[in-house]
Amino acid sequence: MTAASAASAVPPVFGLVLAGGLSSRMQRDKATLPYRGKSQLERVFELAAGYLPEVYVSVRAGQAADPSRLRYPLIVDSVPGEGPIAGIRSALAARPDVAWLVLACDLPFLSEAALSQLLAERDPAASATAFCSTHDGLPEPLCAIWEPKSAAELAAYQEADGRCPRKFLIRHGAKIIEPRDRRALDNVNTPDEYRDALRSFDSEASAPMQVKIQYYALMREQAGRSDETLETAASTPADLYSELKTRYGFTLSREQLKVAVNSEFASWSRKLAAGDSVVFIPPVAGG
Amino acid sequence: MNFRFVEEAIDTATARVELLDPGAGGFVTFEGWVRDFNEGREVTALEYEAFQALAVKEGERIVAEAAARFPVRRALCIHRVGRLALTDMAVWVGVSATHRGEAFDACRFIIDEVKHRVPIWKKEHYRNGDSGWVNCEACAATPSHAHGALHAHGHEPNAA
Repeated sequence: MTAASAASAVPPVFGLVLAGGLSSRMQRDKATLPYRGKSQLERVFELAAGYLPEVYVSVRAGQAADPSRLRYPLIVDSVPGEGPIAGIRSALAARPDVAWLVLACDLPFLSEAALSQLLAERDPAASATAFCSTHDGLPEPLCAIWEPKSAAELAAYQEADGRCPRKFLIRHGAKIIEPRDRRALDNVNTPDEYRDALRSFDSEASAPMQVKIQYYALMREQAGRSDETLETAASTPADLYSELKTRYGFTLSREQLKVAVNSEFASWSRKLAAGDSVVFIPPVAGG
Repeated sequence: MNFRFVEEAIDTATARVELLDPGAGGFVTFEGWVRDFNEGREVTALEYEAFQALAVKEGERIVAEAAARFPVRRALCIHRVGRLALTDMAVWVGVSATHRGEAFDACRFIIDEVKHRVPIWKKEHYRNGDSGWVNCEACAATPSHAHGALHAHGHEPNAA
């Protein structure tokens, strides 16, 4: 191989899923958090495997035997130091001839669109190709392609006590691209963010479906009907009530009501299924 | 069947017979009647409506809770729905027990819980021609007070 052809050969991209984090804010292992029945680690690994010839999971030395990681090809940290830089450097050291598409384990909304954009707009001549955050405009190092040449630069950066891969990208001329899928990089670090992400998954999952609604008393009069079958995208009784309150101008607030699904009291956040029969229960006044 | 709805006048004579029990030494009943005023307004008639599929389940649960709490022999609650005139009976509760004390206690427990928990609504018709759903209209008129109102009067018993 001549010098010229070596320079023109673009290194292939392998995948590296970072699963060595401490998840300290989440207070449980982010890699194992389930979304629609699959762990975050499974989701991101499978997503990457759909685009890249080889995908590895980056772990700290003590995690190699962890059952949730064991089934994957692993790259155990071989360079000292903590945090993502150690994981990235270990991968670059393990295979100096490839670029690594590095993916954090806290991006539940990561999409095929985001990965294909990143790969399509990759600049192998830069140290890295990264998205800029839709929140603060700064480069996002943990959904980025790290080129082989970044290995020496990262070593020097760490040598000089650098720890932040984002600062590294800002200083070392990474190619920064604007994500078209603006939600793909929303990360989930806390129990609250996880709950919101799950809710968002749930509401997306609910295609419009038919539910039956019966109205009683004041609400029957305000709706002008005692029952109806409705096509709705509402996934919970709470969402359904908001929709109907707007439609019929119900004067009762949700806090004043109870709700029944299939003739039994139910929670406002219960997941509705097609064919469910829903009754909103105004303040009662028997006797 | 310890809780049921009727659309005609409640037959208390038959209901009483259902509660006869050789082990019972006392029998207590409560009757809720349609009265001619509520919260300062002259009432001329009441209209009751219920979500019966759930109301019967919740009513049965209340009677079962009363039986678990107090050593009663038998208990029954009958609620009327439809349009009722003044002095009509809207609800009847009967309890037979070994001793009168638990019969009184259980009867009180059942009527109080029924008023709070069972999905039954009543519309009052007033002398001046107006009408309103009890516990719903005041709240609805002042939505900003809705949250406090729920506890202040949203599920409070009144009438009967």
